[in-house]
Amino acid sequence: MAQLEIRNVTRRFGDFVAVDNVSLNIEAGEFFTLLGPSGCGKTTLLRMIAGFDVPDSGQILLDGKDLADTPPEKRPIHTVFQSYALFPHLTVARNITFSLKMARCAHSEISARLQQSLDQMRLAGQADKYPNELSGGQKQRVALARALINRPRLLLLDESLAALDAKLREEVQVELINLQRDVGITFVFVTHAQTEALALSHRIAVMNLGRLEQVDEPSKLYGFPRNRFVADFIGHINQLDARVLESAHSHLHLSVAGAGDIIAPPLISAAPGQNGTFSIRPEQVRIGVHNELVELKNHFSGMVQSVLYQGDVSVYRVKFADGVTIEALLPNSAPGRAQLFEVGDMVKVGWRHDAGIFFDD
Amino acid sequence: MTKAHNPDSTAGLGKYLVSGPPFLFLLLMFAAPAVITVIASFSYPGEFGGLAPLITSDPNTLHGVTLETYQFFFSDFIYIEIFIKSILMASCTTLICLSLAYPLALLIARSPSRRRDILVLLVILPFASNFLIRIYAWMIVLGPQSALSLLINGMLKLFGLAPVHLLFSSFAVLIALVYVHLPFMVLPLYTNLEKHDPNLLDAAQDLGANAWQRFWRVTFPLSLPGVFAGTALVFIPALGMFAIPEILGGTGDMLIGNLIKEQYLVTRDWPFGATLSIMLTIAVLLIAWLTAKLGARRGSYV
Repeated sequence: MAQLEIRNVTRRFGDFVAVDNVSLNIEAGEFFTLLGPSGCGKTTLLRMIAGFDVPDSGQILLDGKDLADTPPEKRPIHTVFQSYALFPHLTVARNITFSLKMARCAHSEISARLQQSLDQMRLAGQADKYPNELSGGQKQRVALARALINRPRLLLLDESLAALDAKLREEVQVELINLQRDVGITFVFVTHAQTEALALSHRIAVMNLGRLEQVDEPSKLYGFPRNRFVADFIGHINQLDARVLESAHSHLHLSVAGAGDIIAPPLISAAPGQNGTFSIRPEQVRIGVHNELVELKNHFSGMVQSVLYQGDVSVYRVKFADGVTIEALLPNSAPGRAQLFEVGDMVKVGWRHDAGIFFDD
Repeated sequence: MTKAHNPDSTAGLGKYLVSGPPFLFLLLMFAAPAVITVIASFSYPGEFGGLAPLITSDPNTLHGVTLETYQFFFSDFIYIEIFIKSILMASCTTLICLSLAYPLALLIARSPSRRRDILVLLVILPFASNFLIRIYAWMIVLGPQSALSLLINGMLKLFGLAPVHLLFSSFAVLIALVYVHLPFMVLPLYTNLEKHDPNLLDAAQDLGANAWQRFWRVTFPLSLPGVFAGTALVFIPALGMFAIPEILGGTGDMLIGNLIKEQYLVTRDWPFGATLSIMLTIAVLLIAWLTAKLGARRGSYV
């Protein structure tokens, strides 16, 4: 039995369907992420799990028990808010022990657990400070400590890293992974940042327009997106209009508008004459000088239109003779890569016949 | 060579230009009268009101400085009694204002933002009418022939109790004091409560706090700066108020404000009036200092 079961949950605001018949199982000890663009319903879903909002229909079960009649203050579920929502009038210690006070824990137990929590969160020495005296990272750790101190069954994190600057965010990501592993509590993380989701999660649910698009492990989500939306939302991807020429067991034969014919991985449902999109990740596209890539089944000539140097990698936009452009991502440190390309260079672009995906939607 | 432009000198000049007029105004209208009042309190009264001169060529006329008025103040307990009564009256006013204003301010602060402006407007609407007219209106409301008086006395009669006079009583004074000062409590409280982050209440609830605990552990402590501001804005003017006791109070309802007014205008004992004023100022400053001290400790996180 899954620890958290979401069964056919729907939530409407007037005519707007924020969450549309979502069913989801989250296992104990999982780091689960709800990922989607803003307005996709992920925060509404999170608020319903916390109890701040109620489904119009459907059920939310924790450990097999329906939560419908349990108000937020009675649910063994805590939230780390986007703004942290630390109590400004309470010290770090009092913020962290708030839930224990509410549960009327014995004084000795409160101080013992506080000490443990302060040590775990590297907040020793900050106990008597007020939230406005803390750095962003410290505030975040206090918010985590506060939400974790009475060991909830479930920890909800609502865009909890969004307020941190990029450098700190990376550090905190690592801390968060370690923390989740150490405490063994199920984390449900809500974010619109796909890199964050990929880095942190055991499983990710991609949401769009109130619906679940795909629920999968990060590598599967990235490597085998189920539809165009997921492919486009997770990472970068080239999208080329294509028509099926031949659909075989082992491959697809596609005609890509503005490029030419290519061989792509098979799609059972594809039928000849069907229109769709051929999608391929920039790092799967190879780029070289003339005649270097001819052994690849799919290869075209083009001209470098722009180069985006990013230090570790460079993103090349190459324009084919027929007008279509494609992005290729190349590491700058590859051995033997003596030559980098410049704008205006004539190059060969190619990819393996088993790279990329054809979407018929 | 062009002269280097010094931004500090113009900024300095601008600073004086901006702060000069209010400084002069306060010096003339606040500091000077305060000094005069202090001097007056150490003077002898003049023969026909006013003050006796401090220095004179005629040794037979009363002149110079004296502590007589201060001795007089402390020699008769009645003055201290009036002080205590005034402080009690102002304290009651403040407490009643606070308990009425807090729920109102909370209601306004948690209303949809459109309705908030209308509700705030309603709170300050009484200011559109003259203060004295509003006090005289209470004479009608509390008068013996008013619906309110008839209703209360009718009920008392039912229970076999003697009828009461609402007007010209401490009760009437207290009602009017509360009525007049209520907006001064509502506004600072509303201003404070309106700024509260609603996420804090969600966080408290999420961590197991019920509605009661959310109020006492989050909303109320965070609103303390507003409570202190409102308390000061109500308590201090209520302590010195003389118009309300004069119009609505009975003969025994003299407060410190009335006593001061009487010394200046009726008894024409200016030095004693000045002494009473200074004692009042000291009392107010003492209370303000205490409030600020409490507020500073509580408000250090803001």
